[in-house]
Amino acid sequence: MKNYINLDHISANPLPQDVKDVMIEAIENDYHNPSSQHKAGEQAAEQIEIARQRMAELINAANPKEIVFTSGGTESVNHAIKGVAAANREKGNHIVTTNIEHNAVIRSAKRLKAMGFKITSLPVNETGRVNPKDVADAITDETILVSVMHSNNETGIIQPIEEIGRITREKKVLFHSDAVDSVGIVPIDVQALNVDLLSFASNPFYGPAGVGGLYIRRGTRIFPLLEGGVQENNKRAGTENLIGIIGMGKAAELAARDLDVRYAHLNGLKAYFLEQLPNYIDAYLVNTNPEYSLPHLVSISIKYIEGESVMLMLDEEDLAVSTKSACATGSLRASHVLLSLGLSHADAQGTLVIAFGIENTKEDIDRFLGILKNVVDTLRNMSPLYKKAVQTV
Amino acid sequence: MYNQVVMDHFKNPRNVGVIEDADGVGEVGNPLCGDMMSIYIKVADNRLADIKFQTFGCGSAIAVSSMLTEIAKGKSIEEAKQISNKDVANALEGLPKNKMHCSNLGADALHMAIQNYEDRQAGITRQAPVRKEAHEHVEGEKCYCPYCDIELDDAVTFCEACHRELEEEH
Repeated sequence: MKNYINLDHISANPLPQDVKDVMIEAIENDYHNPSSQHKAGEQAAEQIEIARQRMAELINAANPKEIVFTSGGTESVNHAIKGVAAANREKGNHIVTTNIEHNAVIRSAKRLKAMGFKITSLPVNETGRVNPKDVADAITDETILVSVMHSNNETGIIQPIEEIGRITREKKVLFHSDAVDSVGIVPIDVQALNVDLLSFASNPFYGPAGVGGLYIRRGTRIFPLLEGGVQENNKRAGTENLIGIIGMGKAAELAARDLDVRYAHLNGLKAYFLEQLPNYIDAYLVNTNPEYSLPHLVSISIKYIEGESVMLMLDEEDLAVSTKSACATGSLRASHVLLSLGLSHADAQGTLVIAFGIENTKEDIDRFLGILKNVVDTLRNMSPLYKKAVQTV
Repeated sequence: MYNQVVMDHFKNPRNVGVIEDADGVGEVGNPLCGDMMSIYIKVADNRLADIKFQTFGCGSAIAVSSMLTEIAKGKSIEEAKQISNKDVANALEGLPKNKMHCSNLGADALHMAIQNYEDRQAGITRQAPVRKEAHEHVEGEKCYCPYCDIELDDAVTFCEACHRELEEEH
């Protein structure tokens, strides 16, 4: 779409030409089933191993065999949590997690709770971060898994994973981190982070959607989520999504090569946006942690107006953003992440998530802010809350 | 997501604003999602001579407000009292299922504005309802399904009407 500006890179990313090229080439090569023992199958299997090697390099896994390809972040998270729970039940039945996780974690934990596991969900402090000491205090003799996300998909706030990893390592409890929005965007070193399991997906770092992976440290006791064939070293059954995995491998290679350049570009856009924003609108909150956050994601809550309305009006002007308003979610409930940060229901309603991408420019931000100002003015003129706020002042 | 009628009323809302010397004001809030709507009416010869709205809410809530004011304008008080949530949703040619509850705000706010007008005529002062942010179950208070808006028993976790799982709060 011409002139369409995508500021919603947390929902989807376009594929770089190099990634498209290798995927199209893979389609045209008519690769065979990687499990087949003939030459055509072996060629396909080789392609998977190249992608695995690149993924291992991107997150500094000690051995490529520690990478298991999946259908994406949701499957990886489900595999990590349910697989560890099932495999370690005789050791204990207690899992520690946090209040700000993605629904993939929350609902997996809920499912396990219904099956008799005990779940402790920890709060975050006013800066949006989990206190590692709370994790240490929550661990009991029964604890088999700690799961804390690396970065939050609504606020971009990064959690103290390395510190928590030191605690879990010392207490000999398995540690999973949902790093779907971090891998390929910020440096991730699974060995330095002390994690046993780490979930990631391809699209956040400009690979195809529908493919992801789970890092499983060697020796980690875990059952497969999907049973069947012996693919993925017997850890994930099912014929591999070969085209997707090849695309992901290329995206991983580019992400590793360009990480610093991309980071600087995205962080620059974010800084420019936050610096310019007060010149256009007033009365808003920035839901972030200035010290520990993703370079490309900004969450703002614009007071007295509702996010879905803002998103729809921006869409009319060919600008894509995402909103965390209750109205825009299937559940119609205020975001648990925003409420955990202490936002009121009304303020949470006005929340936009702006996620910059590598193709965005400062000019995009200028155009966005100009239009955002008009949209905010229009909606505030319509809002009874704004009228009251103005009268109070 | 929304049909053309809804989008038209969202993009070009009719009767937006405040009537400073209104004869009746109705204000309702949705405790579940935090939306809020105010309706102002001016009455002449027992008819709604003028009606304006202000809404804090999603595309659907704004379109509902706009359509409601269009339907109500010029109607007699008795006719306006008969306007139901369903009338508004039908006039909009339907809303997504999980947005049906937005249509309740509109008719409720209108009925409250009429009540307020009649109270003023009768010299009754009624305490304005307090807008709630988080929904807590109060003894005797009715609960509604957030998806299809059917009345629910307090403790249910599944809506039989629309077959959706509910959270603890609804």
